[in-house]
Amino acid sequence: MVVLEAAALTKHFNAKRTAFGGSRGVVRAVDNISFAIEPGKTLGVVGESGCGKTTTANLVLGLEAPTGGAIRFEGRDLTALDAAGRRHYRKSVQAVFQDPYASLSPRMRVSEIIAEPLITNEVVAKDELRRRVLEVLDLVGLPARAADLFPHEFSGGQRQRIAIARALMLSPKLVVLDEPVSALDVSIRAQILNLLRDLQARLGLSYLFIAHDLAAVAHMSHTIMVMYLGKIVESGDARTLAMAPKHPYTQALFSAALPSHPDERRDEIILSGEVPSPLNPPDGCRFHPRCPHATARCGAEEPLLAPVEGRQVACHLFDADARRAA
Amino acid sequence: MSSTPLLELENVSTHYVSQRGTRVVRAVDDVSLRIDAGETVGIVGESGSGKSTLALTILRLLPPAGRIVHGGMRLEGEDLLAKSDVEMRHVRGKRIAMILQDPMASLNPLFTVGDQVAEPIRVHEGVARKVAWQRARDLLKSVRIPSPETRVTQYPHEMSGGMRQRIVGAIGMSCGPRLLIADEPTTSLDLTIQAQYLNLLRELQRAHGLALIFITHNLGIVAKMCDQLVVMYAGRVVESGPVSRIFNAPMHPYTQALINSIPRMNGSQERLTAIDGQPPDLSALPAGCSFGPRCPRVIERCHVEAPPTFAPEDGRAVRCWHLAPHAEGARAAQPIGAA
Ligand SMILES: Nc1ncnc2c1ncn2[C@@H]1O[C@H](COP(=O)(O)OP(=O)(O)OP(=O)(O)O)[C@@H](O)[C@H]1O
Ligand SMILES: Nc1ncnc2c1ncn2[C@@H]1O[C@H](COP(=O)(O)OP(=O)(O)O)[C@@H](O)[C@H]1O
Ligand code: SF4
Ligand code: SF4
Ligand SMILES: [Mg+2]
Ligand SMILES: [Mg+2]
Repeated sequence: MVVLEAAALTKHFNAKRTAFGGSRGVVRAVDNISFAIEPGKTLGVVGESGCGKTTTANLVLGLEAPTGGAIRFEGRDLTALDAAGRRHYRKSVQAVFQDPYASLSPRMRVSEIIAEPLITNEVVAKDELRRRVLEVLDLVGLPARAADLFPHEFSGGQRQRIAIARALMLSPKLVVLDEPVSALDVSIRAQILNLLRDLQARLGLSYLFIAHDLAAVAHMSHTIMVMYLGKIVESGDARTLAMAPKHPYTQALFSAALPSHPDERRDEIILSGEVPSPLNPPDGCRFHPRCPHATARCGAEEPLLAPVEGRQVACHLFDADARRAA
Repeated sequence: MSSTPLLELENVSTHYVSQRGTRVVRAVDDVSLRIDAGETVGIVGESGSGKSTLALTILRLLPPAGRIVHGGMRLEGEDLLAKSDVEMRHVRGKRIAMILQDPMASLNPLFTVGDQVAEPIRVHEGVARKVAWQRARDLLKSVRIPSPETRVTQYPHEMSGGMRQRIVGAIGMSCGPRLLIADEPTTSLDLTIQAQYLNLLRELQRAHGLALIFITHNLGIVAKMCDQLVVMYAGRVVESGPVSRIFNAPMHPYTQALINSIPRMNGSQERLTAIDGQPPDLSALPAGCSFGPRCPRVIERCHVEAPPTFAPEDGRAVRCWHLAPHAEGARAAQPIGAA
C-alpha cells in the first residue's frame, strides 16, 4: 500500500493587486497533480523557482488546505479523518526545511527542541523523554552532550542534524525534505545526504525530497517528478528519467545541470526567455512559449500525462506513442 | 611561463584585524596564482575559505578591518600594491571588472538601468551623454536583454534576477576590461537561467579575449567553464592546476574528498564520500596543516608543521606533505613559492 497519495491535487491562491495596479487573478501554484509515495521510498521533486514545490510540500504537511483534489494517507482521505486520525497523520508526516538557522528556536536547548513535538502530541514520563532524545541524537550522529547545548553552539551541518532528530522524534512514516542541504557547505552536504539514506534504510522512512541540485535528487530518489508552472510534466523511475529525459522541458532542465566532470559533455539546450508567472499561465501547454518543439496545437490544447516508455510524460510530441502504449 | 602574465599574485596574505587588534582572521594566507590573458580560472572553496577576500584583495577593495599584510600583485607587469587610490579606481573601472553574487548589491535602486550602464562609460571615457546612452543600449543588447530601448528607462526592481545579473555584466563589460572577476554570480539563479548566463559569459569572453575568475563553491561550474582550478581551504590554496588533470587525478586529500562527495547524475554511487568534521575557525587555526583534523591521510608530521607548496608536475601546485620528494610514493616534486 502506498503511504501517501495525491489525486488531482490543486492549490490556487487569489493574487493581491500588485504595486503597479496589475489585474487581480488566480495564482495556479499547484494545478491538478497526482502522485504516490511508497513505503521506504523517495519521491524527488524538481523544477525551477515558483513551480510549486514548496506549495506541494505544504499541502502534504497539512499546512495549506487544497482548493481541489485530495490527499489520502494510508488509504484514508485527509478531509474524512476524525480527531484521532488527524493526530495520527500529524505525527506520521514530519518535515526538515532548508535553513537550519531559521528553523531552530535560539532560546531553547537542543533537548527541548527535539522533545517539543513529542510533548505536544503525547503524555510521556520525563525519563522516557530523555531516553528518546538521546536515542534520536544518536541516530543522527550527535553526541549525548549536544542535548544540553543551544543551537548557536552548532555548525550548519550539525543544526540540520538537530532538525532531522526533531523530525524523527515522533517516529514518522514520511519526512518532507524541502531543500535540506542547499544552505550547507559542499563538504557537509554529503554527510547529510548519507545520513538521510542511512535513516531511510534503518527506519523504513519515505521521503518527499525537494532540491534544486538535480544530481542530488537523482542520487537520493527512487522516483522523480518534474514540475513546471504548477503542473507535472514528467515523472518516472529516477535513474531512467535523469539519464534520458523525454519531455522537452525536462531535457532542457537536465541539460542545464552542471557536469560532475569536465569531460562530461552534454548537448546543451539553452532555453530562451524566463519562466512565466503562474498568475495567468500560458494556454495550452504551459511550456509552449519556451519550447523548441512547439507547434500550433501546443498553444491551444493542454497535453495530458500519458505513459511513454515506462514513465509519464505530458507532451503532444508523444501522443502517438502514448496511444500505442494504451 | 615566458610572457608576462595578465595577473600574478605572489605569496599574498590578507588578514582581518579586530578593532582592539586582539583577533586576527587569516582570511587569505600565502596565496600565489597566475592568470594569462583569455584564461578562465575557477576559485573553489567552502564558505569562509577566503575566496571573496581574495577577490577584494586583488581589487584593493577591502573593508577597513582588512589588510594585505604580505606579498606582491602585478597586473600586466605593473605593481598593484604601489598604485595610489586614484590609480586603483582607474584599474577597477577600466581593466578589472567585478560581478557579485547578489546583483541588487551592485545596482542602485534609485537610478534607471540606462543611467547605471551609461554613467561609467561617460566617466571613464569622457564621451558625451548621448554617445554613452547609445553604447548602453548596445551593451544591453549584447547581454541579450530583450527590447533594450525600453529597458534603459526602467529601474532594477522591474526586472527578474537573471536580467539584473546580465545588467551587472553589461556594466562590468562597458569599459572593455581585460579581467572579469565573478563572485558566485549564478547562485541566486534558476538552472535554465544559470545556463543562459554562463553561456553569455563564455560568448563575451570569446568575443573580447577576456580573462575570467570564477569564484564558486560549485565544482560543477568549474567543470563546465574553467581551464584552471584553484582550490582554497582555510585561507590557503591547497591545490591548483589544469581543471581536467585535477578532476582526473586530484592530489590533495581535500580536493580528492571534495570531488568524491559530489553526487552523480547516473546514480552510480551507493554512498557519497563525506568529509567528517567542519572547516576550522580562521582566527584559531589548528597547528600544522589546517586540514589535519579532517584529513583521512593525516600523518604525524601534519600536526607539527604546515606543508609548503610542492610542484609534482608542470602547472600543478599541491600543499600536502604526501607530495614531498622524500615522502613514500610521492612523485619527484620540488617545493615552490615562499623564498
Ligand atoms: N500564500 C501565497 N499567496 C500567493 N501566492 C503564493 C503563495 N504561496 C505561494 N505562492 C505562489 O505560488 C507559486 C509556487 O510557489 P512555491 O513557493 O511553491 O514555489 P517553489 O517551487 O517552492 O519555489 P522556490 O524554489 O523558489 O522556493 C509561486 O508563484 C508563488 O509566488
Ligand atoms: N569585514 C570582516 N571582518 C572580519 N572578518 C571577516 C570580514 N569579512 C570576512 N571575514 C572573515 O574572513 C574569512 C573569509 O571570508 P570570505 O572571504 O568572505 O569567505 P568566502 O567568500 O569564501 O565565503 C571568514 O572567516 C570571514 O568570517
Ligand atoms: S506539448 Fe508542445 S510545447 Fe509542450 S512540451 Fe510538448 S512540444 Fe513543447
Ligand atoms: S599535509 Fe597532512 S593533513 Fe594536510 S592534507 Fe596532506 S596529509 Fe592531510
Ligand atoms: Mg521553495
Ligand atoms: Mg563569498
